[in-house]
Amino acid sequence: MREIISELSKKLHSGEVSSVELTSEYIKAVEEANPKYNAIVHTTFEAALEHAEAADEMLKEGNADTLCGIPMVMKDNICTDGLLTTCCSNVLKGFKPYYDATVWEKLKEKGAVLLGKANMDEFAMGSTSESSCYGAPFNPRNTGHVTGGSSGGAAAAVTANMAAYALGSDTGGSVRQPAAYCGIVGLKPTYGSVSRYGLIAYGSSLDQIGPLTYSVKDAAIVFDAIKGFDRRDQTSKAFDYGNILDYLDRDIKGVKIGIAEEFFDGIDPDMKTQIFDAVKLFEKNGAEIVDIKLPALKSALPVYYIIACAEASSNLGRYDGIRYGHRTGSYDSIDDMIYKTRSEGFGAEVKRRIMLGTYVLSSGYYDAYYKKACVIREEIRREFDETYEKCDILIAPIAPTTAPVLNFKGLSSVEMYLSDICTVPINIAGIPSISVPCGIDKKGLPIGMQIMGKRFDDAKVLNMAYFYEQNSKDWAGNFEGGVRI
Amino acid sequence: MSYEVVCGIETHIELNTDTKIFCNCTTAFGGDPNTHCCPVCTGQPGSLPVLNKKVVEYAVRAGLAVNCKVNTISHMDRKNYVYPDLPKAYQISQYDEPLCENGYIILDSGKRIGITRIHIEEDAGKLIHEDGYTYIDYNRGGVPLIEIVSEPDISSPEEAKEYAEKLQLIMRYVGISDCKMQEGSMRCDVNVSLRKFGSNEFGTRTETKNINSLNFIQKAMYAEIERQTDILDAGGTITQDTMRYDDVTDTISPMREKENSDDYRYFPDPDIIRFEVPQAKIDEIKASLPELPFDKLKRYIDGLELPEMTAKHMYRYRKVCEFFEEALKLGAGVKNASNLITGTIYATLDTEEDKENFEIKVSPSQFAELVKLLDEKKINFKMAQTTLQEMLVSGNPASNYIKAEDMEGVSDDEITKFCQEAIDANPKAVEDIKSGKDKAINVMFGYIMKQTKGKADVKKAEAIIRDLISKM
Ligand SMILES: [Zn+2]
Repeated sequence: MREIISELSKKLHSGEVSSVELTSEYIKAVEEANPKYNAIVHTTFEAALEHAEAADEMLKEGNADTLCGIPMVMKDNICTDGLLTTCCSNVLKGFKPYYDATVWEKLKEKGAVLLGKANMDEFAMGSTSESSCYGAPFNPRNTGHVTGGSSGGAAAAVTANMAAYALGSDTGGSVRQPAAYCGIVGLKPTYGSVSRYGLIAYGSSLDQIGPLTYSVKDAAIVFDAIKGFDRRDQTSKAFDYGNILDYLDRDIKGVKIGIAEEFFDGIDPDMKTQIFDAVKLFEKNGAEIVDIKLPALKSALPVYYIIACAEASSNLGRYDGIRYGHRTGSYDSIDDMIYKTRSEGFGAEVKRRIMLGTYVLSSGYYDAYYKKACVIREEIRREFDETYEKCDILIAPIAPTTAPVLNFKGLSSVEMYLSDICTVPINIAGIPSISVPCGIDKKGLPIGMQIMGKRFDDAKVLNMAYFYEQNSKDWAGNFEGGVRI
Repeated sequence: MSYEVVCGIETHIELNTDTKIFCNCTTAFGGDPNTHCCPVCTGQPGSLPVLNKKVVEYAVRAGLAVNCKVNTISHMDRKNYVYPDLPKAYQISQYDEPLCENGYIILDSGKRIGITRIHIEEDAGKLIHEDGYTYIDYNRGGVPLIEIVSEPDISSPEEAKEYAEKLQLIMRYVGISDCKMQEGSMRCDVNVSLRKFGSNEFGTRTETKNINSLNFIQKAMYAEIERQTDILDAGGTITQDTMRYDDVTDTISPMREKENSDDYRYFPDPDIIRFEVPQAKIDEIKASLPELPFDKLKRYIDGLELPEMTAKHMYRYRKVCEFFEEALKLGAGVKNASNLITGTIYATLDTEEDKENFEIKVSPSQFAELVKLLDEKKINFKMAQTTLQEMLVSGNPASNYIKAEDMEGVSDDEITKFCQEAIDANPKAVEDIKSGKDKAINVMFGYIMKQTKGKADVKKAEAIIRDLISKM
């Protein structure tokens, strides 16, 4: 199991390698591999070397954090002061915010090194990362397949050893699903546990920043570093997690694992077998299996698309070419300017969701769609709450299939939306969930298992994932290429 | 044909908190364009609003001052529309659950004007059109506002003006806003419709937006009533237009409609969680409310026995009342204090605004000291006025202008001496007085005052002069 962060941290702290040396290695790796995977859309090498020098100073002084001096990447929707942040959209091309996202502020303070901004679906809307204005990233496990979305670039960069870890954002599965498609770990923390300040909004009530890493322990280290109350985000919560890392190797005896068959409807049979093998492993080690009914899940997908698109239509109204980003070349009035700027700036998927969101919020349809979706959302949340009275965690697949092939034009929007079916209920409920590799399919593509807990039970989710990872085959394996230190 | 006027007013009031509604930027008026701005109030991607607690508190204050019920649970909504002065393309406001509801204001006539709701929202930026370009200043963007919506209980332009005036006064009193209409910290939208007398059905209403003076409310309403009457008398129908009042030409005309429709696609703002105003907090705010203007007026007239004119001259200026009442607490007498304020002090405060701001160099204690000298007859009114004038200019205490010997007054013997001298020097005046031309006595007062540097008691001098003349 490659616990990259711990391994690198040991070497940095012992002085075996300096952060500048390590960063230079990663820069080389990015230069070499990025043309192949299109994982990183803006490199920030100059800043990275500055961060590395600062990290070396911190390391010399002692008491440096585990993450000090370790190179990473962030999804292109997380704001970085003075560095490009474009959401991989033409409408934000050239946009350099003058403020840092809280997560980046926290990491910077700990001596993190930013190599660049990772490719993604435009405004985080998509399940394949193909809606990026910079073109899709390629899956390092098989470049003929998608990385997943929308944090596809982040997943590819970590998988190909171009960065030790990455931060992505997960609105309906956007961290977990690309992690699963690429065979690494992706954590979507409890809504409110990580500040959203500086995360360019898609669906505000669903968005959550989370780490993509090679191992569960790495995910725990990164989550530990970015979590916590932020006075700049009113939806953030003060929750005392204690020491999350201490929680990792707790005994799993007596843990009640819920299995809801609704999650397994229409799932690839191979995938189903592999996940049940994992469940058996837990059972063998003292966990109990509980059958769960989650009938409201069947409404999760429409509820998700109504709420996410409604919020997106409002959140994306600000991209009008007036204050930043793209502005159309010629226009004859303010209305004309806004109209052309938005027509040129947004891609098809984003436009589709803005239209859908505008429709469901408009008077005459609000009650039938948005308001109804909110009612069902509460039902889903309640159902999860009741479920967690019967079990401690839930286990399910991440997606109905492994990574689809790239540029598969036959996939309709609805079919693409269906690939989110296992992940969106978690965002609706605001609960924590992790994606852990649990097998390889016949095509050699990774299979991901989803472990979900109750709100603020992130530590338990990590604990279960860690146990599985430590006691099963190393599915993530060693990737050829990228940095090896 | 004659019609009944049905009018409701929506009033926007800027709250005078130090910081904006969702960030820590200053709300100070003016400043170079876009200098009072940050990522939050300019709606930069990734920024998030954090609701200013003071804003909620101020809105509760406003609500309680006009007898509203305050909702303990409330939330913010997004009102979506595209306009360049609105950086997020939505305004954060309150839609279906306003903070305050069901209040009222009582007019002088005793008529009650209902207040439907008071809600919190943010102000937009300002567009500046210059040399064919449009510039945007977001300094006002995110300044907290409350919107006070009245019931359609107003039935004349006079009532409309009185309602707005009373609202302005109350909001100033409770200290949530300076309500300066000319600076835009209070703006009114006036909705007017006409209906035949006796009818229960409302007519079609129009809305006249952004009126920025109390007189214009009245004038705009007259113009609109006239316009609607003409249309109805001619058998036409009123269309639901947004109107604009031009104060230069005193005319009213329909505004060019913005392209966007009225579908604001309201929905609860997911970035701001529902908030609670605990009943204990509401009670605490209620207890902290000052005496409201009409209670004060009544107390000045009935309790302090001030003449109605004087009381009305003072009660509408909060700071004047504070100054006055502080001086009373320090021992100044009601009559002399109020006379000196509405006389001498007001003489230096030209405009309503000056009186409202009441920025004077004399402190209540310095003022009280002077009034006490007058109350104790150590100086006369004339001298008190002159001294106060000096004090208002310099900011020095009364003792700098009134020497100990000045306060000793003039002995009876001395006055008698000066009176005799005056009589001797003015035989013509003596003759006039004897023949009943009483005004001639003023000539002698002039002489006596000059000799005694104004310290002589005029009444005493008059008695002595008449006595001396009668003995002649
Ligand atoms: Zn601001």
